[in-house]
Amino acid sequence: MSNLNTASNLEKVLKAGHIGVTSECGPPRGSDADEVKEKGALIRDYVDAINVTDNQTAMTRMSSLAACVHLKLMGIEPVLQMVTRDRNRVALQSDILGAASFDIPNMLCLSGDHQSFGDCAQGQNVHDLDSMQLVQTVRYMRDEGKFLGGDDIKRPPKIFVGAAANPFADPFEIRVPRLAKKIACGAEFIQTQCIYNLDKFKEWIRIAADRGLTEKTFVMAGMTPMKSVGMAKYMKNRVPGMDVPEEIIARLAGVDKSKQAQEGIDICVEHIQELKEIKGVSGFHIMAIEWEEKVPEIVERAGLYPRPEV
Amino acid sequence: MIIAEKKPIEEIIDEVKDFSRILILGCNECVTVCEAGGKKEVEILASALRMYFINKNDEKVIDERTLERQCDHEYLEELRSSIDDYDAIVSLACGVGVQFAAEKYLTTPLIPGVNTVCLGANEDRGLWTERCQACGSCVLARTGGICPVSRCAKRVLNGPCGGSTNGKCEISKDVDCAWQLILDRLKALDKMDDYEKIAPIKDWSTDRAGGPRTVTREDVKI
Repeated sequence: MSNLNTASNLEKVLKAGHIGVTSECGPPRGSDADEVKEKGALIRDYVDAINVTDNQTAMTRMSSLAACVHLKLMGIEPVLQMVTRDRNRVALQSDILGAASFDIPNMLCLSGDHQSFGDCAQGQNVHDLDSMQLVQTVRYMRDEGKFLGGDDIKRPPKIFVGAAANPFADPFEIRVPRLAKKIACGAEFIQTQCIYNLDKFKEWIRIAADRGLTEKTFVMAGMTPMKSVGMAKYMKNRVPGMDVPEEIIARLAGVDKSKQAQEGIDICVEHIQELKEIKGVSGFHIMAIEWEEKVPEIVERAGLYPRPEV
Repeated sequence: MIIAEKKPIEEIIDEVKDFSRILILGCNECVTVCEAGGKKEVEILASALRMYFINKNDEKVIDERTLERQCDHEYLEELRSSIDDYDAIVSLACGVGVQFAAEKYLTTPLIPGVNTVCLGANEDRGLWTERCQACGSCVLARTGGICPVSRCAKRVLNGPCGGSTNGKCEISKDVDCAWQLILDRLKALDKMDDYEKIAPIKDWSTDRAGGPRTVTREDVKI
């Protein structure tokens, strides 16, 4: 994994053998670009790139691509998240070219939460492609320099392509084979679902490493600090595909309400420190949801600061 | 078969209230089997409408008839001699039957009495569930005989997505994850190795994406 395929800083950091760090920034439910810029400014020095979510939980927001452009114009490297829920192959390819026109060098390919979770539950979904086929599409556009329809692309998109993995969704037995499929489709990096069950995650990555999969892609472990015991319970009970062990809930419940947020940060830092040592973990994706100001503290305390210059 | 369910009677009343002579027209095929639009449902709807309008002192002629099929010229022709006896027809056939009748009798208003829901099966007494979306290009040979197009809420061809929990779909604990069913079946067939075969980007031009679909068979044309 030594040759660089793009101008992505994230790609350079990972391929240089450093532990990569990404975080995320959810676009606002309005057209105020300052909200994106402020979030970006808070975390820019503590990460290698910033994911911009694409109408997450199917709530209508400012477009991921537009928010990515705002970050890019500030000199921050974005990871454009794209879901297959809302756009067909025409729109997806078009937005990929749009992103590439601003030299946005990273993309994360997702299927997206079902629209019934969001504010347009009566809307259609598209799912012309699935997330793996979107990975294939970007790689094809980049590596072959062609549209899916076969025509040549003038100035093909140079994009470092990622996909998500959820080691905790069911059934567990296909979670590693599913990772293998994503890699076979062309996923160069993987950002995982939020990890709270470390044992299960370690089991997953051990099996993946035994198959040689962690040599073929960079697995970035997903981390989301808990703000409160209420959030932990909500994540456990209400968020699809989330595995929050009782001990996490008990630990948060065991401290005074005013200290639960700090306890959540402590747990997150401890988890990163523990997982840093695990074979096959190439980096961390810190999703501090509407809590971006805590990312610097987490990165520093986890020993991931300063970020490498590559 | 085609699965339909009865429309709320209030909706039907609203559509027919201005007509005096109404025919409730059932169909003896799918909608009879799924108990939405057969002879029995025609009788029930006609009785309910009669009672409603009698209570309103609005005397209407409400007749009942059930054809062998409403998606067939031959059976729809049986109505021709009496079509002028009615101001409107409430068809309890699927959307196909309603339209076929409308095409045949241009000047008679056709009102649907059911909502056509899906292509499905009678899974249990009182339970009908979707099995096919007529995408026009069947993938079942590669998915253990379970359809991800009709049964996955995201029609994911390389599933399951990250929302699969305890064999259920992220949209509801009452909905099976199609990919869990596919995996169970692949396992039963001892074909789990097939799981890692990547399903290629699908040609949806045979689906509704390609516009209204037709099947033309020269060998059966007269």
